[in-house]
Amino acid sequence: MNWIAIAVTFKLALLTAALLLIVGLPIAYWLTFSKWRWKFIVESVVALPLVLPPTVLGFYILVAIGPHSPVGRFYSNVVGHPLPFTFEGLLLASILYSLPFAVQPFVAAFEQVDRRLIEASWTLGVSKFKTFFRLIVPLSTAGLITGAVLSFAHTLGEFGVVLMVGGNIEGETRTVSIDIYDEVQALNYAGAAKTALLLLAVSYSVLLLVYAMNRKVWAVWPQR
Amino acid sequence: MIRIIIALCMFVITGVNLAAAEELTIAAASDLNFAFREIMTEYEKASGNHVRLALGSSGNFYAQIQNGAPFDLYFSADIAYPRKLGEAGLTLPGSLYQYAVGRIVLWTGNESHIDVTQGFETLREPTVKKIAIANPKHAPYGRAAVAAMEYFKVYDQVKDKLILGENISQAAQFIESGACDIGIIALSLAVAPVMKSKGTYWEIPADAHPPIEQGAVILMGGKNQESAKAFLSFIQGAEGQTIMKRYGFVVPSPR
Repeated sequence: MNWIAIAVTFKLALLTAALLLIVGLPIAYWLTFSKWRWKFIVESVVALPLVLPPTVLGFYILVAIGPHSPVGRFYSNVVGHPLPFTFEGLLLASILYSLPFAVQPFVAAFEQVDRRLIEASWTLGVSKFKTFFRLIVPLSTAGLITGAVLSFAHTLGEFGVVLMVGGNIEGETRTVSIDIYDEVQALNYAGAAKTALLLLAVSYSVLLLVYAMNRKVWAVWPQR
Repeated sequence: MIRIIIALCMFVITGVNLAAAEELTIAAASDLNFAFREIMTEYEKASGNHVRLALGSSGNFYAQIQNGAPFDLYFSADIAYPRKLGEAGLTLPGSLYQYAVGRIVLWTGNESHIDVTQGFETLREPTVKKIAIANPKHAPYGRAAVAAMEYFKVYDQVKDKLILGENISQAAQFIESGACDIGIIALSLAVAPVMKSKGTYWEIPADAHPPIEQGAVILMGGKNQESAKAFLSFIQGAEGQTIMKRYGFVVPSPR
């Protein structure tokens, strides 16, 4: 089994989930509480990675961060090397790719919080910021964990995006799913089977955790 | 919650740092799949350096290198790609090295009962339903396969049976697994121990397609030009050449 690829994958998935908690919270807050008429436009953008083919997303990211784009040139001038085909580039791509998997459960959780509690907090003079962290977040813990865990699991299995912006570099951008693909091409079916089984086991355990935790709060299956 | 997030971030950032800087990163055409695994083991033993090998189609690597992929060395199945990178100023001047002229073969599995020694005529037979080749759009071996089929005037009749692998290794895997009946793959894959025992092959005459001139080059985008040079001279040395020749990677001497 390729432990380097496994370590890279878990590092990528953990970082993606952690950063999505940071980036996703304000987006989800805004999506839940904004009364803006055109909010649905932003909602559609956030949900886009759910339906967009990963190769399309990967292609756009590659063009956007490559050495021919202003963003890519800026990055390589500051950091000293180009962004595509590096771990950081892959991380950026994963965050965009898994955005709806974090933001949508966050929004669902925020919507469950009793509006009266939030408004009571506001009228008692607690700032919106403090209300968010001391009331809304604690009441949405299960949804936040669900979002983090789903984006973690989604990143584990990422393939098309990694293929486009990763470049298959050992210890850097060769993830488990790419490693399985490589092993099959090297006709090493036994190696591929072992790694595939590990990925299956982890993915299933993650989903078990999510469903066990969310029997009441947030469920993919409709509640009966 | 915030504390958990911060703790998680700190753990990930500090705890798991894998990429070491002094490693040699090589992008190699998939026909080198089995040969390079052997070469790498020998080179790592001899030099103590670690090699990170990425295998794929030459055309894909060409596009990735243009987009800033941090490879030190690029082994292309078609020397035109490294030449073009050289014109764009992305390669170390004077480092281009032709390491072989590629050969292609018709390959079929032991269970298929196709007689490959019949050559291209077998492709027309109704029992042959799927023919694997590499994608001619970005894989040099795929282009050579199409050229050979045109040379033997079977291309128009069989083009609907073609299954395109993303690179030549995938085409080989398609036939090895029995998903395709027959295919056109690199000689270097057909002679590899894992493939050799499972099927038979017929060498396609070299004049049936434009020569697959293969070239390696050191890239400016890489970080380790010295170890790249060392690896190139290892391939050119006695040990490297013994393995390369065993897999059919030779530059024929001009007659």
